[in-house]
Amino acid sequence: MQLFSALKLLKEGFSGQRGWQAQWRSAEPKPRYDVVIVGGGGHGLGAAYYLASEHGLTNIAVLEKGWIGGGNTGRNTTIIRSNYLFAESAALYDHALKLWEHLSQVLNYNVMFSPRGVMMLAHTVHDEQIIKRHVHANRCNGVDNEWLTPEEAKAFCPALNIAQDIRYPVIGAALQRRGGTARHDAVAWGYARAADALGVDIIENCEVTDVLRAADGAIEALQTSRGLIRTRKIGVSAAGNTSVIMNKASVRLPLESFPLQALVSEPLKPALPCVVMSNGIHAYISQSDKGELVIGAGTDAYVSYTQRGALHVNTHTLEAICELFPRFRRVRMLRNWGGIVDVTPDRSPIIAKTSVPGLYVNCGWGTGGFKATPGSAHVFAWTIARDEPHPINAPFTIERFRDGYLIDEAAAAAVAH
Amino acid sequence: MLLIKCPYCGDRPELEFAYGGEAHIARPGAQDQVSPEQWAQYLYARTNTRGVHAERWRHLHGCGRFFNALRDTTTDHFIAIYEVGGAPTAIARTHEFP
Repeated sequence: MQLFSALKLLKEGFSGQRGWQAQWRSAEPKPRYDVVIVGGGGHGLGAAYYLASEHGLTNIAVLEKGWIGGGNTGRNTTIIRSNYLFAESAALYDHALKLWEHLSQVLNYNVMFSPRGVMMLAHTVHDEQIIKRHVHANRCNGVDNEWLTPEEAKAFCPALNIAQDIRYPVIGAALQRRGGTARHDAVAWGYARAADALGVDIIENCEVTDVLRAADGAIEALQTSRGLIRTRKIGVSAAGNTSVIMNKASVRLPLESFPLQALVSEPLKPALPCVVMSNGIHAYISQSDKGELVIGAGTDAYVSYTQRGALHVNTHTLEAICELFPRFRRVRMLRNWGGIVDVTPDRSPIIAKTSVPGLYVNCGWGTGGFKATPGSAHVFAWTIARDEPHPINAPFTIERFRDGYLIDEAAAAAVAH
Repeated sequence: MLLIKCPYCGDRPELEFAYGGEAHIARPGAQDQVSPEQWAQYLYARTNTRGVHAERWRHLHGCGRFFNALRDTTTDHFIAIYEVGGAPTAIARTHEFP
């Protein structure tokens, strides 16, 4: 792997930028692998990287039906935070956040992690009670979070409208200072490059068409659009298409796939120094380093795989943004798009073994998987390599729905999902 | 926004409807005779079909009635609308609610 450094950048600057190499090989599928990861997004590529770097497995393939990072990794609004209510979630998301803090150095790839602070707004007494409960729970779990008055919120984010005569006035906010954003594409590319350097084959344009099982029920091979690939272990990390793969292995999951939309504005000068979220009125906004306002909207109501949603969902979010940030009312939106998110009934992910020996699944990240990428990948790799969960993902099983141990962030967030 | 044909009121915008999820999921039986596995399957597991999906809708801000639909989740096009309790495959061939 060609290491990136300031010196290398300088050298290439003087030699016409002609010395750069491709960041990963375009691998041909081999007939057999020790582990095959299905899904070349951040979570899947990261799992391959940690399998190779921490568990000594190098005969690994990542199969991606499209292109690397072309799914939800490249479509999300890049918000990173760990201020979840329950201890299980806080441990998982904070594990990820701690990995984010050093990810650029570890991967020798600038993922542009920017802990600029994530502010979550309260508009009603109910919001205030819920958010304060989060603040206290987070602090008990060692996750930073603090309550701000409207004036303190405005001091942290001067563009915010704290007038009390609007439909949903800001009556306070929670601030996680360690939260922020990162460059989503760079996460996929950084993991792909680092995994490739350790011998992982990254195979794009390779769609899984069937999952083949031996007589004893264990995983035997994958039929793909680029031929048969034999393996005893499959890690499915296919986001919105997880059910499609798992149904081929006769595993029915508690998942539904919905379109989730996002949009960006024309580039502006720096106007928004932090991430602002309002679960109550569905507004999620930050500003990218290119200057675009990056805005997340809600999910559409129905199951779909179309990667597009309806305009009224975006309109709803923009109405909220315009009220919270009157200065953005005349800003024009440049692009909008959709991704397909796999949602569990309790809005917590599944990172687990399945009833099929050799089949592992990392799914159900719903509307907020990007933030967890390094942590999710790290514990998923552990689960695949050792055939048992890491203590952090041990509660995130499929069986929790049978046994009644839901990790009910859906109710905790008080969001009209 | 989807244009949805309520079988009782005709074409209406999606905003008038509530989505009811996958159709034809029958309650597995009396509570004391259902295993935790069956109960979890009934409550939570979904086919999540990529393709023709049988689903329930309710014309919430209209007549208030439930109905079923077949919709292709790769295009969002409705293939058929049919009554609650109706069989999806037979209706699919006619492509119309009677």
